[in-house]
Amino acid sequence: MSAVYILWLRELKRYSRSRAQIVGSLGQPILYLLTFGFGFGAVFQRAGLGSSLQFIAPGVIGMSVLFSSIFSGIGLLWDRQFGFLKETLVAPVPRIYIMIGRTLGGATIAMIQGTLVLIVCLIAGFRPATLSMLPVALLFMALICIVFAALGTTIGSALQSMQAFPLVMNFLVMPLFFLSGALFPLAGLPGGLAVATKLDPLTYGIDGLRGAFIGAWHFGAGLDAAILVVVAVAFLALGAYTFSKVQV
Amino acid sequence: MIHVQHLVKTFGAVTAVNDVSFDVAAGEIFAFLGPNGAGKTTTIQMLTTLLTPTSGSIAIDNLDPARQPHDVRRRFGIVFQDPSLDGDLTAYENLDLHGVLYHVPRDVRGTRIEALMTLFELWDRRDSLVKTFSGGMKRRLEIARGLLHTPKILFLDEPTLGLDPQSRNQLWTHVKHLNETERVTVFLTTHYMDEAERVAHRIAVIDHGKLVAQGSAQELKQQTQTESLEQAFLALTGTTIRDERADGSDLMRMAAKMWRR
Repeated sequence: MSAVYILWLRELKRYSRSRAQIVGSLGQPILYLLTFGFGFGAVFQRAGLGSSLQFIAPGVIGMSVLFSSIFSGIGLLWDRQFGFLKETLVAPVPRIYIMIGRTLGGATIAMIQGTLVLIVCLIAGFRPATLSMLPVALLFMALICIVFAALGTTIGSALQSMQAFPLVMNFLVMPLFFLSGALFPLAGLPGGLAVATKLDPLTYGIDGLRGAFIGAWHFGAGLDAAILVVVAVAFLALGAYTFSKVQV
Repeated sequence: MIHVQHLVKTFGAVTAVNDVSFDVAAGEIFAFLGPNGAGKTTTIQMLTTLLTPTSGSIAIDNLDPARQPHDVRRRFGIVFQDPSLDGDLTAYENLDLHGVLYHVPRDVRGTRIEALMTLFELWDRRDSLVKTFSGGMKRRLEIARGLLHTPKILFLDEPTLGLDPQSRNQLWTHVKHLNETERVTVFLTTHYMDEAERVAHRIAVIDHGKLVAQGSAQELKQQTQTESLEQAFLALTGTTIRDERADGSDLMRMAAKMWRR
């Protein structure tokens, strides 16, 4: 168990030492918040959907959590490149512990990042409907973190080098984000898109966040949480399996 | 302690290790010599569970690395040929992390880390991030880390690459001491023939993935009728310089490998 802890701690130390990266990774969410939160404000209002900032903020929080958890998992590729991965792979510690330590570390970082973005949203004018649902919102944030940190670890284990990174970005991470309903309401979508959004696990995370923050549930808390837990278990198992097969 | 029979490893069309067999007895210091790209590191990677062999068998303390990787990992320590430190952690943190992963008890961890870092003259820089270290300092830190726990078998893959003579001397003195007092079996590779001659009880020479000779330094010299181990080595492996993977098909293979599993 101390191995899980020390590897979790390592991820956090590395994160806390890269201040430029912390600030840099706030840039994109802020951009989305400004363009979609304020830029679409008038259109949203005219469509009778209320404030676009209120609607977009949970989506932007979900997005930053998605990105940072997946990227921390893919950080495995950097460790492979710089050689540190070997050090952990030959250690007399079951690989599942190593995988869990790394994944929890990545999930924790994503959680911190999500909280930072939440604060930015609050500063920008986002007002949650009720604060009593904040623990529920944090729970959904944590579930998103675990699901995608595990997915990131799986991808990091399966790939051999950073060269495939743009592929992962354009064909996996961006679709996960855009199909999640982070930027648009899920009601009344055309058939194909509706199916696609339902297949995207992030959809349920965003719905959970939006429900907890502004009371706008599409699927409901129970279904969202249940699906995220199932997907988390599946991705963790998949990640543990692919990580156990890693060779240098 | 190490028993290898008909070991083969192929990467696509390239055979990196071709039908290699050797034995290393418990308490022995065994040097594995060969030109660049001869298959030394690939062999070590198979012995240390990092790669699975294409065919042939390996027994480490009577265990198969491919089937009982975890039990095998409990028995060895390794200093890798290429860097394997975390640059964003301090020198001390790197060693501490290693100590935790290798189950070095907390109460002795601190003292051992201090002793080894002092031995390799790194103690003053213990709180500096490793990415600020020079190449030689990183190398010394890697070696200190490899010696932090006392394994049954110690793998040293070109440990003295880029080290100054002082550090090389420290390293080999320490390794010999470990071997004599703790009966640690040592499996090393190096390009410095004087080192192999100084510490190794037995030497194997590998070239193009095949073992070309085995024996003590004395036996190798007799066998090739040469004066020094260096001459014996050149007599066994020829004088042409080797390239490690460089041509176009190698790059293609790397690209293909990227997508395999």
